[in-house]
Amino acid sequence: MGGSLVTLPAGARDKIRLAVTVNGEARDLLADPYKTLLEVLREDLGLTGTKHGCELGECGACAVLLDGELQLSCLVPAVECEGRQVTTVEGLKIGPELSPLQEAFADHGGSQCGYCTSGMLMAATWLLGRKPDPTRQEIQEALAGQLCRCTGYQQIYEAVESGARVLRGEKPLPPTLSTVVEGGGHG
Amino acid sequence: MMRLPRFRYHAPRLLSEAAALLADLGPEAMPLAGGTDLLPNMKRRQQTPAHVVGLRGVEALSARSGDPARGLTLGAMTRLASLEQDGQVLAAWPALARAAGLVASPPLRNMATLGGNLCLDTRCTYYDQSEPWRASIGYCMKREGEVCWVAPGSERCWAVSSSDTAPVLCALGAEVTLTSKAGDRRIPAQALFADDGMQYLTRRPGEILSAIHLPPPRPGEKATYLKLRRRGSIDFPVLGVAARVKLGAGGAVEEAHLVLGAVGSRPQAAEEASKFLVGKRLGDAEVVAEASRLASQVAKPMQNTDFGLAWRKQAAREWVARALRELAG
Amino acid sequence: MASEKEGGTTTVPARPGDEAQDRSFHSVGKPIRRVDARGKVTGETRFADDLSLPGMLHMKLKRSTVPHARILAVDATRALALPGVRAVLTGKEFPVPYGILPVSQDENALCTDKVRFVGDPVAAVVAVDELTAEEGARLVEVKYEPLTTIGSPEEALRNPEPQIHAYGKGNIHRSVAFDFGDVPGAIAGAAHVFEDSFFYQGNTHLPLEQHATLAYLDQNGLLTISSSTQVPHYLHRAASKVLGLPPARVRIIAPPQGGGFGGKTDPFNHEIVAGKAALLTGRPVKIALTREEVFFCHRGRHPVQMRMKTGVDAEGRILGHSVETLLDGGAYGSYGMASMHYTGALETVTYRMDRYRFRGCRTFTNKPPCGPKRGHGTPQPRFGLEVQIDKICEKLGIDPAEWRIRNAVPPDSVTANWMKVGTIGLVACLEAVVKASGWKERRGKLGRGRGLGIAASSYMCGAGHPIYFNDMPHSGVQLLLDRGGGVTAYCGSTEVGQGSDNVLALLIAEVLGVEPADVKLVTGDTSLTPIDLGSYSSRVTLMMGNAAIDAAERARDRLAIAAAQKLGIPPERVGFGGGRVFDVSDPGTGMTFAEAVVRAESAGGTVGVVGSYRPPPPPARYKGGGVGPSPAYSYSAAVVEVEADETTGIVRPVKIWVAHDIGRSLNPVAVRGQVVGSVYMGLGEALMEEQAFKRLPPKLSSALVHVGPSMLDYKSPLTLDMPEVECFLVEDPEPSGPFGAKEVGQGPLLPIPPALANAVHDALGVRVDEVPVTPEKVMAALRSPSRRCGPEGFPVVPWPEALDVPPPWEGGDGNARNEPPRPPKKKEGVRP
Repeated sequence: MGGSLVTLPAGARDKIRLAVTVNGEARDLLADPYKTLLEVLREDLGLTGTKHGCELGECGACAVLLDGELQLSCLVPAVECEGRQVTTVEGLKIGPELSPLQEAFADHGGSQCGYCTSGMLMAATWLLGRKPDPTRQEIQEALAGQLCRCTGYQQIYEAVESGARVLRGEKPLPPTLSTVVEGGGHG
Repeated sequence: MMRLPRFRYHAPRLLSEAAALLADLGPEAMPLAGGTDLLPNMKRRQQTPAHVVGLRGVEALSARSGDPARGLTLGAMTRLASLEQDGQVLAAWPALARAAGLVASPPLRNMATLGGNLCLDTRCTYYDQSEPWRASIGYCMKREGEVCWVAPGSERCWAVSSSDTAPVLCALGAEVTLTSKAGDRRIPAQALFADDGMQYLTRRPGEILSAIHLPPPRPGEKATYLKLRRRGSIDFPVLGVAARVKLGAGGAVEEAHLVLGAVGSRPQAAEEASKFLVGKRLGDAEVVAEASRLASQVAKPMQNTDFGLAWRKQAAREWVARALRELAG
Repeated sequence: MASEKEGGTTTVPARPGDEAQDRSFHSVGKPIRRVDARGKVTGETRFADDLSLPGMLHMKLKRSTVPHARILAVDATRALALPGVRAVLTGKEFPVPYGILPVSQDENALCTDKVRFVGDPVAAVVAVDELTAEEGARLVEVKYEPLTTIGSPEEALRNPEPQIHAYGKGNIHRSVAFDFGDVPGAIAGAAHVFEDSFFYQGNTHLPLEQHATLAYLDQNGLLTISSSTQVPHYLHRAASKVLGLPPARVRIIAPPQGGGFGGKTDPFNHEIVAGKAALLTGRPVKIALTREEVFFCHRGRHPVQMRMKTGVDAEGRILGHSVETLLDGGAYGSYGMASMHYTGALETVTYRMDRYRFRGCRTFTNKPPCGPKRGHGTPQPRFGLEVQIDKICEKLGIDPAEWRIRNAVPPDSVTANWMKVGTIGLVACLEAVVKASGWKERRGKLGRGRGLGIAASSYMCGAGHPIYFNDMPHSGVQLLLDRGGGVTAYCGSTEVGQGSDNVLALLIAEVLGVEPADVKLVTGDTSLTPIDLGSYSSRVTLMMGNAAIDAAERARDRLAIAAAQKLGIPPERVGFGGGRVFDVSDPGTGMTFAEAVVRAESAGGTVGVVGSYRPPPPPARYKGGGVGPSPAYSYSAAVVEVEADETTGIVRPVKIWVAHDIGRSLNPVAVRGQVVGSVYMGLGEALMEEQAFKRLPPKLSSALVHVGPSMLDYKSPLTLDMPEVECFLVEDPEPSGPFGAKEVGQGPLLPIPPALANAVHDALGVRVDEVPVTPEKVMAALRSPSRRCGPEGFPVVPWPEALDVPPPWEGGDGNARNEPPRPPKKKEGVRP
C-alpha cells in the first residue's frame, strides 16, 4: 500500500492563497492545497449550507453556481477557483427575505429533510436563469443530477413551477393537495 | 468526507508549457481537464499523481475553428454542455450533440470536457472503488494487484471504455490531435484507443489530447447514438451504439460505420456488420436483424458493469436494431 | 374480551366517543408552511456535520478488509508516529458490548477479538485534520487469522461452525414458530391451495446525509455527543453503558437529520468511539462518515426468502395462510429479532383469514448488519401476499381489486394473531385507486407491453412496546409559557425530515389557539428534553402528538381558569384562538394569549406543564406477541401502470395512483410529501435498489464485498425515473390518534413493489416473484416455460416447536396454550 500514501512533492503541504468572490463578497483566504471548493466553502468560509452526500459527483448535493454555471463543488479543486464568482445557497436570500424559489420550496413541500435542498435550489436557479418558463420535462432534465431520497421529486417540480411564476411577475401557485376521500375508516 | 490526496497543482497558460510540464514531471504528473473523472479517481486513490497539471488556463484548448462545410475543430477543453447546445454541432453532427447530452448529469456536463470524455479512464466494478474496498479484494491488476477479477485467468485487464462521445467520434470518422513537446500528431479517433483496460489510450507519455476534428457531413449521411443505462441520468453507459450511414440517392446504404461503446476496453467497430449493410436498405427488417446480429458479435461484455453480461449482450442486438431503424426513419 | 366469530375477525366493543374529532381547526389540516422550512431552504439548518468547534480533532475508523477473522494484533506504532496524529483507539478500549435490543448486546464499538464483515471497525485514528486521520488509519496494521466466511442464510444453516456470534444456535440468530389455529387442517379442507416462493432482496436507506458525530466535553465537563441519530435516548443508554459513565454525565443531542428512513435508528460504533476519543483527548472530536461507510452501517432491509401456502374456499376466501421466512441478518443482531417477527406480524391485518401459521428464522452472515428500514420487516411478506393474491384471483377468475374489497378486515377487529385494529380505511383506499386509474375499464385491455397492477397494505402507528421493558411513557412533552405569550416546547423527538417538529408545533398551537410559528421548539436533547423514544416505527405523530396535546391541554386548563376569573365566566366557556383567549359565547370579550399567561402565572406561578403518552396494553399476550401491536394501523392501496418491453425486459412505470388512510391530515402538504416519497422509495426497491454482495472466487480470495457502496452503483431513482404519482387521502379520524391522525411515513411504500410486479404480469403475462423486478428477470420469465422468474423453493429450516395460540374466535385469551414458563421480565424503572 506504500504507493497510495503519496510521497509529498516539496511544497505540497504549503497552504494556497485564494482570492474568490463568494455570494458577491470578495474573500481572500489560505487553504490546504488538496481541498475542493466544497471543503473551502464549508470549512474555511463556514458556509455549511452547501451539503455533500458522496463527494464523487454522484448525488448533486454540493451544487453551486461557479461563474454562473451549475457545477459540483466536490469536484472543483479550490485552487482552480482563483478570481472566480461562486454563488451558494447562502447567496440566494434577498436581505432577510427568501427568494421566490426559496419561498416556493418552503410552501410546496419541496424540502423535507432539507439535505438535497441547497443543490436543488442552485440547479433550479440555474435553470430559471436560462429558461424562465420551463416545462415539467425541462425541470426534470435540469434536476437530473440532483438525488433526493425524501420527496419523490413531485413537490420539488411544483415548487420550481410556482417560483418561476413569481419570478416572471405572476402569482404563485397554491400547493397541490391530495384528493380527500372522507369517512372510509368505518367500512 | 472523501478527500483528495495531497498533490501539487500546476497552472500552465500555454499548450507548450503544459506539454513541457508533463514531459518534465514524467509519470508522477497527470493532466486535469474538467475533473469529473480524475478527481473521483484520486479521491478513491485509484490515481495519486504527485503533480496535477491543470489545463483550464490553457486558452488554446478551448479554441474552435472551421464550420460544418469544411469540418470543425474543437479544442479538447470544449465543455460537453456547450457541445450539446451548439447550433453547428446540432445541425451537422447531431449524434455527437446527443451523446454529449447523455453524459452523466447537467452539472457534470457543465464541468466535463470533450477531451476528458475521450480520455475517460476505463471502468470496472472491481476498480472504481475506494482504496479500502480494493484492499479487501487484494486489489486488481489495473492498480497495485496481480489479478483481473473479471477474468481471473486472463493476462489482460478487462476494464470498460465508458465514454459516450468516443464511439460517436469513431463512427463519424473524426480525428484527434495529440500535442507534446515534440509537436503535434493527428490520428483517427479510433486509433486513440487500444484494446486493453490498463493501456487504453495510445496517447504517449507527455502528450496532451488537444483538439478534435469533425469531418464535414456529406449528402445522404446520417448518424445517431443510443445509450443504455439503468437510470435516466448520471449513469455511465452499459452499452452505447453509434451508427453513421451514407445513403445513396435510391435509399441503399453506400457506407456504414457501426461502433459499440461500453462493451469492451475500447469503442468496438462492428466492421462485419458495417460491410454487410453496404448496398442494403435499412427499411428491410431482415437486413436490420442480420446487421444487428453481426454487430452484437463484437460486443464482449464482461461481468464488470451494471446489469448481467448475458442481458447486455442480448440488449446490444436490440439496440443496434433500434439505431438502424432510427436511421431508416 | 368479547369473542364473537365474524368472518375471521372478532368485534370488540365500540370505542368511546371523542368530542375532539369533529371540531373545527385553526391550524390542523391547513396547507401551511412547515415550521422548519426556512432553515432548510436557506441552508441555515445545522446538520451534524455542519457543526464544528475550536480545537476540534477529526477521526477516521480503520475498518476490516476481511469478512470473518480473528484479530491477532493491532499495531498503531506507525500511525502514532505520523505528524498530526493525536490518538489511536482500539478494541481494548471497548470491552463492554452494546446493541439496540437488550437481547442482542453483541456489538463492540471497536472490534475486540473478531471482525465479522468487511467494514467492521478495528481502530480509530484521531488527528488534526481528516486527511491526516485517514493517512494515519492506513498506517494502522492489523493481523488477522481468517475464519470461514458465511455468505448466505443457506451457508449459515449448513455451517453451525464457525459461529459468527457466541449466542444463538450455530449461525441461526433466532427462529420462531406460531400456530394461530390449525392451518394444515384448514388447507386440507380448502377448495384451492396455492404455494409460492418469493425473494425480496435487501436494500438500504441511502439518506442523503452521511452519518456524522461531534463529541466534546462542555464547559462543565459533561460529555456531549451531537450526532445524526433518530434515537438519542437509545444512544444515550448505549453510550453511557459502553463508556462506563452515569447517564447523567452524558448528553446526546440529535440535530435535524438529512434523512434517516431507519438507517440512524441504532446506536452506532462511531458515535461511541467519538465520545471516548473526546474523553481521552479532552478535545472536540468529529467523525463524518463517507458514503461507503454509510453502506457499512447499513441496518437496512433484510433480504428475505419466503414460502407462502394459502388455502381458499371456492370464492377465494382465505381459510388458512402459512408464511415461512428466512432472513439474511448480516453480522450483528441490531433490530433483527424484531425484524424477523415483523415478517409475520402484520400479515393478518388487511384481509380476513381464519387461521394463520408463521415461521421465521434470522441467520447471521458476514455482511453489514440488516435492521429496520421504512416498513420494517413488512414489505417482504407484503410483496409475497399481494402477489399470491393476484395469482389466486387469476386462477379463480376474480377481479383482484374486488377480492381485496370483499375480503378486507372490518374496522374494530382482533385478527387471528391477536392484533387489535381500530379504524380501517382499506376499502375506501382500494375504491379510490380503482376509480382513478380506470382499473375496471383498462386492466387487461391495454395491449401487450402495458399493464396495471394493484396491491394494498397496512402499517403501524408506533410500536406498542418500547425497546426495553418498562412502564414509563413512550413520549413526553414539556411546555413553558412565557409572559410575552411565547410557548416553548421541549420534547426528545428527532426531526429526520419527516416533519416531526412541525407536528409538535402544530398540535400545541392548535390547542392553545396560537400560530405554529409562535411555538419555539427544543427537541432531541437528552439533557433538556423529556424522553421521546425516537423517530422509528411511525410512532412520532401518534405518540409524540398525543403527549403534546396532553401537555397543551394542561396549559390551556391553567390559562382557562385564570382567564375565566377575569371574564367572570366558568372555565368551560373559555375559548382559545387567533392568539386570544375569550368567552366562547361572546368571542369579542377576552384578552390576548399573553395576558392570559400573565394572569395564570400571577395566580399559580410559572406556567410549565408536562404531558406524556403510553400506548394501551395490547391483547396479544403470547411470547413474541409484543411485535406488531400498535395503537392504530394505517392502510394504503396503489395501482401501478407500467410499460414492459418484451424484447429487453425493461419495465417503465408510467403512472401510480396511491391512496392512504391517514385518519386525519395534520398538514396536507407534508402528508402528500410523505406519500409520494414513500412511493418513490418503494419504486426504487421494486425496480433497481439492491444491497448486494460479491463473493470472489474462493480459490483466489475469501473476499465478500458490497458490489458497489456508492451513490453511483447503488441505483436510486432520479428525476427522469420517477413517474407521476396521484394521491388520495382517506380521512376518517382515528380515535387513538392526535385529532384523529395516523401515520404516513412508511405505509404508502408497502403496496408499490407487489403492485408493480402484478402490473408486469398484466402487461406481459409473466410473474417475477422477486424484488427488484429487473430486466434480466423479466427476460428470464419470458423465456421460462413456467412464465415465471423466482426462487424454486425454500431452504430446509429447523423450526422450533410452535407456540399454539388459538385465534380469538377459537377461544383463548391471547396466550399460547403451550406457553413455556417465562422468567419475570426485568423491568427498568419502578412501577408506582
